[in-house]
Amino acid sequence: MSAIPNPIPIFADENWRLPSRGRVAMFCLIIGESAIFTIFVVAYIYYIGRSAYGPTPQILDVPWFNTVCLLSSSITIMFAERAIEHGRIRIFAAFWALTMLLGIVFLAGTAIEWKRLIYTDGLTIRTNLFGTTFYSLVGLHATHVIVGLLMLSLVMIFTLAGRVEQRHTERIQVLSLYWHFVDAVWVVVFTVVYMLGK
Amino acid sequence: MADQTFPLPGTLDASRSRGAALLEWLHSWVVTVDHKKLGILYIAYALVFLLVAGAEAIAIRIQLAIPHNHFLSPELYNEFFTMHGTTMVFLVGMTIIFGFGNYLVPLMIGARDMAFPRLNAFSFWMSAFGGLFLYFSFIGGFGLYGMGSAPDVTWWAYAPLTAKAFSPGHNTDYWALALIVMGFGTLGAAINTLATAFSMRCRGMTLLRMPLFVWLMVVTSGLTLITITPLTAAQVMLIIDRYLGAHFFDTQAGGSATVWMHFFWIFGHPEVYVLILPAFGIASEVIPVFSRKAIFGYPAMVAASVGIAFVSTSVWAHHMFTIGMTSVSNSFFVLSTMTVGIPTGIKIFNWVATMWGGKIRFATPMLFCTAFVFQFLCAGLTGIMLASAPWNWQLHNSYFVIAHFHYTLTGSFVFCMFAGIYYWYPKFTGRILSEKLGKWHFWLFFIGFHVTFDTMHFLGIMGMPRSIYTYEPDRGWNTLNFIVSAGGIVQAIAVLILVWNMVDSYLHGPVAGNDPWDAWTLEWSIPSPPPAYNFATEPVVRSRRPLWDLKHPNDPDWKYER
Amino acid sequence: MPALAQGPQSTPSILAPASTPAHEIYQLSLFVLLITGAIFVVVAGLLAFVVIRFRARDTDAQQEPAQIYGSTQVELAWTVIPVLTVIVLFLTTARIIFAIQDAPEPQSALDVTVIGHQFWWEFRYPKLGIVTANELHVPVSTPSAPEPTYLRLLSADVDHSFWVPQLGGKTDLIPNHPNAMWIDPQSPGLYLGQCAQFCGIEHAKMLLRVYVDTPNQFAAWVKEQQQPSAQPDPQDAAASAGRHVFETQACVNCHTISGTAAKGVFGPDLTHLMSRATIASGAAANTPSNLRLWIEDPNNFKPGALMPAMQLSDQETNEVVAYLATLH
Repeated sequence: MSAIPNPIPIFADENWRLPSRGRVAMFCLIIGESAIFTIFVVAYIYYIGRSAYGPTPQILDVPWFNTVCLLSSSITIMFAERAIEHGRIRIFAAFWALTMLLGIVFLAGTAIEWKRLIYTDGLTIRTNLFGTTFYSLVGLHATHVIVGLLMLSLVMIFTLAGRVEQRHTERIQVLSLYWHFVDAVWVVVFTVVYMLGK
Repeated sequence: MADQTFPLPGTLDASRSRGAALLEWLHSWVVTVDHKKLGILYIAYALVFLLVAGAEAIAIRIQLAIPHNHFLSPELYNEFFTMHGTTMVFLVGMTIIFGFGNYLVPLMIGARDMAFPRLNAFSFWMSAFGGLFLYFSFIGGFGLYGMGSAPDVTWWAYAPLTAKAFSPGHNTDYWALALIVMGFGTLGAAINTLATAFSMRCRGMTLLRMPLFVWLMVVTSGLTLITITPLTAAQVMLIIDRYLGAHFFDTQAGGSATVWMHFFWIFGHPEVYVLILPAFGIASEVIPVFSRKAIFGYPAMVAASVGIAFVSTSVWAHHMFTIGMTSVSNSFFVLSTMTVGIPTGIKIFNWVATMWGGKIRFATPMLFCTAFVFQFLCAGLTGIMLASAPWNWQLHNSYFVIAHFHYTLTGSFVFCMFAGIYYWYPKFTGRILSEKLGKWHFWLFFIGFHVTFDTMHFLGIMGMPRSIYTYEPDRGWNTLNFIVSAGGIVQAIAVLILVWNMVDSYLHGPVAGNDPWDAWTLEWSIPSPPPAYNFATEPVVRSRRPLWDLKHPNDPDWKYER
Repeated sequence: MPALAQGPQSTPSILAPASTPAHEIYQLSLFVLLITGAIFVVVAGLLAFVVIRFRARDTDAQQEPAQIYGSTQVELAWTVIPVLTVIVLFLTTARIIFAIQDAPEPQSALDVTVIGHQFWWEFRYPKLGIVTANELHVPVSTPSAPEPTYLRLLSADVDHSFWVPQLGGKTDLIPNHPNAMWIDPQSPGLYLGQCAQFCGIEHAKMLLRVYVDTPNQFAAWVKEQQQPSAQPDPQDAAASAGRHVFETQACVNCHTISGTAAKGVFGPDLTHLMSRATIASGAAANTPSNLRLWIEDPNNFKPGALMPAMQLSDQETNEVVAYLATLH
């Protein structure tokens, strides 16, 4: 047992700065999600060429338009971040909406592609190894896009209701970090599925 | 409710009925976002399931005490050993480490709470629900052979045994879905811990001044991010196989059973480091205090912990030496596995060096930690034996392996958790656990542990494989199996003594005060149990042992630390 | 290569190697044990010393002991020594890995294909035209007349593992993933083992019996196995009736008896059933009464075995047993 005397501040440092917890948390989430994607990508790569029957990656059309849309949305979200950093909420809202639009176009394009694959080419998740790995990997990515869009639309609603201000910049930056991650994953998925696999 | 973690129902407001007070008290636990209450919830949950999984183990040992026994049917036995492993790893191991982490990390860094209190609550309840869902399997549905639908495919659930064709019931589904749900909880806890440690340290607490327990929780949480997620991915693939007709692990359609093995063990091996690293953290707090010396080689300990985490991600296929990998691949994994023994060994040396030249008080926490060092040494050495691939070709899937990992999990992990319980129980509850009962617990558990698990090594060497509900009487395994089972009973009694100690001391134990152990980290500077806000004013620290500096103003750590 | 004196033992211990791979592993294990034993003595000794020497005495003043925060030299020393130890252990281990795994197959080797099933073993000798189950016969291999057996390991369903500790380390049988291993047993007799990868409800009863035969014994066994099935003596009414029952009931869906209408491959080949000492992959001795119990309901020995209860009448069961008893 001991008695503690009055605590005397014995260390003073005016420059005590710590990273923002939101940023740290989002980085950690991205690391975890990257691990999940890595497993699905590894499965995809391992099973390339191993389908004994059924459609092969030759039937895929490279989704250039979708990709351009999604990657551009990273640029537009960057402009949105700049805007809110400088307090320009109207411009922020415009770029934010544009980002969402590009994301929705991407999803629509994916849906159209899948419809063709399923009904015209007869490729489903259970058809063969290619179908299994294709739909699960691209589908996992699309799910992340959907979740991202949900978060983006929440912010959109708050913005339209006039509740978003310059002081929320950091939260916006954390969220766009997630969006950039989703786009970066698409670069990997695109390369592996449409370039490597074909 | 007021300032305390543990107000007894009805004592604070005499005018309300005891029933209403009780309800409000229970409600406060359900809706809490306080890291201390959530920490206690995690630990209590873990201890309940420790008893449940322990009961499963006792049932297993009764079945195996004599050959050709009929205590458990084959199906029930397979469910019990699968559930024993799954429960111990996920419902006991993962929950108790985040329980201790939750309670202690904010206190040790001088913070008011975790970075994301609501995420904290969400993580706990997700994990809790996942575990309950897993146990619901015992009663949900008829299952195969009418024995419930509890998972019965071993805790590593190899494909294609888990395919719908070979496991038509819902057993595998309960396994995969429960663990996916728990995995989300774990991920949340890990993210929260990292954000807390990086973003909420008090003034002056640089990363290299954090207590080692916090460091180990940080490393653990970082490792968890890339460990649990492969399991989640693989289990999602398994569910897709079973319900959407996919072919990830469908060997009839060209899928690969070995891909499951790789994915599972890419999770499975780092997972055991996720479990043991916080145990190292507890030992690194208890051993210095009870040796009355600072930890020897703090920077080396930090480096070793980070090194272990990194290297542990490269060793997974040492669980797969028998599947027919090339000699080059096998050799690589021999090298990586033996390499991970180096930073681990360094830690052992540092603990011994901490005790060297000290004035060691063998209170119960220190008894458990000393036994831990000894047992972890043995576990590491049998690990080296198993790392040698040719020897592994004999010992893999035998009782030698079971002995090895129980030395690491029971002999090291559980011993450290017990040490942590005895050490921090005063802080959590304001009462000290009985030393006398603690010593009974320790010695009985130690003896029972060694009777059981030392003997098991020999069974493996004598050719007894694992996962078998019975064995042939003419193989010479009968006596040893009986001894193993007897040791299990002794361990069970010891654990019951702990439970009794925890209950009795809460009601009648000596009051703890702020700092019953004369320790040096920030949690001992506030009352026991701590007020809801933890610290009245934000602490300011200048060394790794802020309370040592205060107690020894003429000889503070910051003069000597590098 | 030294002749191994070890014969078969009823306890399948890895410390009683009777074949070169098992022996190489055994020798490596002694070396590893030596090193780990030395480490144990040093570190546990230090721990014991510390626990005794630095225990707090009641007579101690309330002073804290000298605070030592670390020592770079010491840290370096106890990093370098383990690194060197690991290098030595790794190199010796790697040598044995290559010696066992990459050993070239000699011309004189016997080829056996092992196919794992839930919960029994199928053995095929492709060059000899033999198909049998659960009890493996291999020739003894001496240094002067080496005749190792090369096993090709396949699976018909889930993962299994072939483990006869005295003859070698285990290797898994994985569907869609053929594996290989070799043994060269040096002493005749019966060696015991069992499946070592959980394969379902009756994994525990997927036992292995490896008969290492002298050259004469092996030749006799091969000759016997190569014959088609024995025709039942026309005087033996029960056996003849039993053959008729066997061929007209569902038995033929799963079992093969060469020379009859039974050509099923889902279950063990029964052509020479009586040449085996056990049934149900070692779960029971091969006696008429056990056969009877097995056919009535396999759950009598192996609850969860994939063979269904055949629902035959008492008379039919007796006749089938009488027939099977003629299949030498």
